[in-house]
Amino acid sequence: MRDDVASIGVMRDRPSDLPIRFEAVDYRAASFAILSGVTFDIGPGAPTLLLGPNGSGKTTLLKLGMELLTPSGGRLTFAGRQASAGSGTAIVLQKPAMMRRSVAANISFALAAARRPAYPNVVAHLLDQVGLAGFEHRPARRLSGGEQQRLALARALARDPEVLFLDEPTASLDPAGTKGVEDIIVRIAHAGVKIVMATHDLGQARRLGGDVVFLVAGRVIEQAPAPDFFASPSTDEARRFLAGDLVI
Amino acid sequence: MEAAGAFDLLWLADANLFAIVRLSLGITLAATFFAALLGMPLGAFAALVRFRGREALIVVLNAFMGLPPVVVGLCVFLLLSRSGPLGQLGLLFTPTAMVVAQTVLISPIVAALARQVIEDLWAEYCDEFNAMRVGPVARVAALLWDARFSLVTILLAGFGRAAAEVGAVIIVGGNIEGFTRVMTTTIALETSKGNLTLAVSLGVVLIALIMTINALAWSIRRWSEKHAG
Amino acid sequence: MWVRALVCALAALATAVSVPVLAQEKSIVVASTTSTEDSGLFGHILPLFKAKSGIDVRVVAQGTGQALDTGRRGDADVVFVHARPAEEKFLAEGQGVKRFPVMYNDFILVGPKSDPAGVKGTKDILAALKAIKDQQAEFISRGDRSGTHQAELKLWQLASIDIAAAKGPWYKDIGQGMGAALNAASATGAYVLSDRGTWLSFKNKGDLVIAVEGDKRLFNQYGVMLVNPEKHPIVKKELGQQFIDWLISPEGQKAIADYKINGEQLFYPNANDPSA
Repeated sequence: MRDDVASIGVMRDRPSDLPIRFEAVDYRAASFAILSGVTFDIGPGAPTLLLGPNGSGKTTLLKLGMELLTPSGGRLTFAGRQASAGSGTAIVLQKPAMMRRSVAANISFALAAARRPAYPNVVAHLLDQVGLAGFEHRPARRLSGGEQQRLALARALARDPEVLFLDEPTASLDPAGTKGVEDIIVRIAHAGVKIVMATHDLGQARRLGGDVVFLVAGRVIEQAPAPDFFASPSTDEARRFLAGDLVI
Repeated sequence: MEAAGAFDLLWLADANLFAIVRLSLGITLAATFFAALLGMPLGAFAALVRFRGREALIVVLNAFMGLPPVVVGLCVFLLLSRSGPLGQLGLLFTPTAMVVAQTVLISPIVAALARQVIEDLWAEYCDEFNAMRVGPVARVAALLWDARFSLVTILLAGFGRAAAEVGAVIIVGGNIEGFTRVMTTTIALETSKGNLTLAVSLGVVLIALIMTINALAWSIRRWSEKHAG
Repeated sequence: MWVRALVCALAALATAVSVPVLAQEKSIVVASTTSTEDSGLFGHILPLFKAKSGIDVRVVAQGTGQALDTGRRGDADVVFVHARPAEEKFLAEGQGVKRFPVMYNDFILVGPKSDPAGVKGTKDILAALKAIKDQQAEFISRGDRSGTHQAELKLWQLASIDIAAAKGPWYKDIGQGMGAALNAASATGAYVLSDRGTWLSFKNKGDLVIAVEGDKRLFNQYGVMLVNPEKHPIVKKELGQQFIDWLISPEGQKAIADYKINGEQLFYPNANDPSA
């Protein structure tokens, strides 16, 4: 059951987008194969972590899930449908751009784009969820890196998503900032939002758990529940990655 | 020149000067307003819409930022002359013609600079707009609003350019006493009458006006940096 | 912020436009010369005409040649210039209705006090020009097809000098009005042919003085013509004719004669002179 982490008294009447199913999905850009034959499911429940070295195609996978890109080959379905319900997904991009407005105005804008009323208490509640209570009138661009990341999270939550895609949300943060964001992610996940998160940080993957989808060079190498993946990886590449090898 | 004569204060206090300054401001403000009406949407369009010939349009707009005022004056003159295509309007040698000429002169400046500003901001916001699934109208509105301080600065630049020029307004306006005589054309006239000290005093007033505009532009930028980031 | 700026701009526009719109009711455009404008004559006589007739006279001051061209384009209702041959040509083309003489003054040759060509005080303008050319003394020419320019060219011709061939770096053709030419002469210590009216009211004489005056050939006649409404229907023929009638009337002629600078009269009315 989802409690209203992001929905204040508004009952969302939309079909579920889960499971999101990738079937032999390819993505090519300028004759370069970024993803090849990717097949896996994103189902409800604990977070799905996309794990892999830089350049393995994690960002592209997230963007495909968010329908910001269309596959060059293969099929992508949302609960069996060709396209998602539209309003049930949200994404936080790597290095999110802040609009040149106040924190509150950024959130109101996101609410308006999601066709939700931007009442001040809704804005305040969202800020509260990400630990930015009282930041309404600060210029968004003046926030610290960690604060901006959390604001971007609030913007995504403004869509009251069923599925939340996160692209390396703590990549540029210090340990304190990282912990802050991770705590929020855990809270959101417990409230019932499906998290799909890309990371190349093993420690983070271990901490957040769920399902691991391990990618190298655009291919899914291994897919397993987190404890199994970390305890006994079944592929060579996974073993080398867990051992800390730089080149897989 | 003598210090006493350097500032012909008696003349400066003349109601005549007030009328000339008022006309100058009126014409240039009106031209800036119309240039904004024409140039901002054009700049936004060139920034956001991909169409064939877009690059050519951008080159033309950038080039026309440096349109010589006399050339603009001449072209508008030929258009509005009673023997010209728009002669029936009887607009030649009127303040309206001067507004038209100055609008033509500064519209490319407004359009070219607005395009640059909006395109740069668009590059920043594009991914987020996609992620938030923002509709096209809301995108344009958001870009224009968020760029408002830069856009106002652009308008002030256009204003300054129009306020400082003499070539266009003297040709289409005719520098008619009490009717189409503005600050710059008065300076030109008084110089040719040998009233150099008076011309200098007027020049000082004009420069003071342009300085004020620029100081205003600067404070707007500083304020915006402080408050909206 | 936008709203306020908008309101300000509209208010300014309304102000700028309202004045001429009201005056639009009765107004004419007169294409005239820089010598009549720069001398201040119009500043003196036009308010008198306006008070009598209520007509706003808008003077566009250009050189004679340019003023006549403005008439040819129909951009002016009346032309008021000072080059008889050019005026006759204008009439012959059917561009003007009738020529009326209005006033005269004279040209003078002004030059630096140091008088490098040694012509100061002479009464013979042709001899003076010859001396200037022989000495290659600096000379400023209007070069703008104005009445003064045409008079200057005529004088070179009378002196049997082919100025187009004889000119050198000493002859500076600046292509501008009388005031600009006087400024140039003052700044560079050169000779220049000027009309007396502009000279008297010119404020930047520097060390320029009158070198030659009084020669009969320096006579300078002004004429006024209504632009032909048959060629240009948009011409305001009644109002324009009113202005012309006033100029040649005893009242207008007196107004012209009354215009003085430091007690010296600049223009001499002669509308009654049949030979003018």
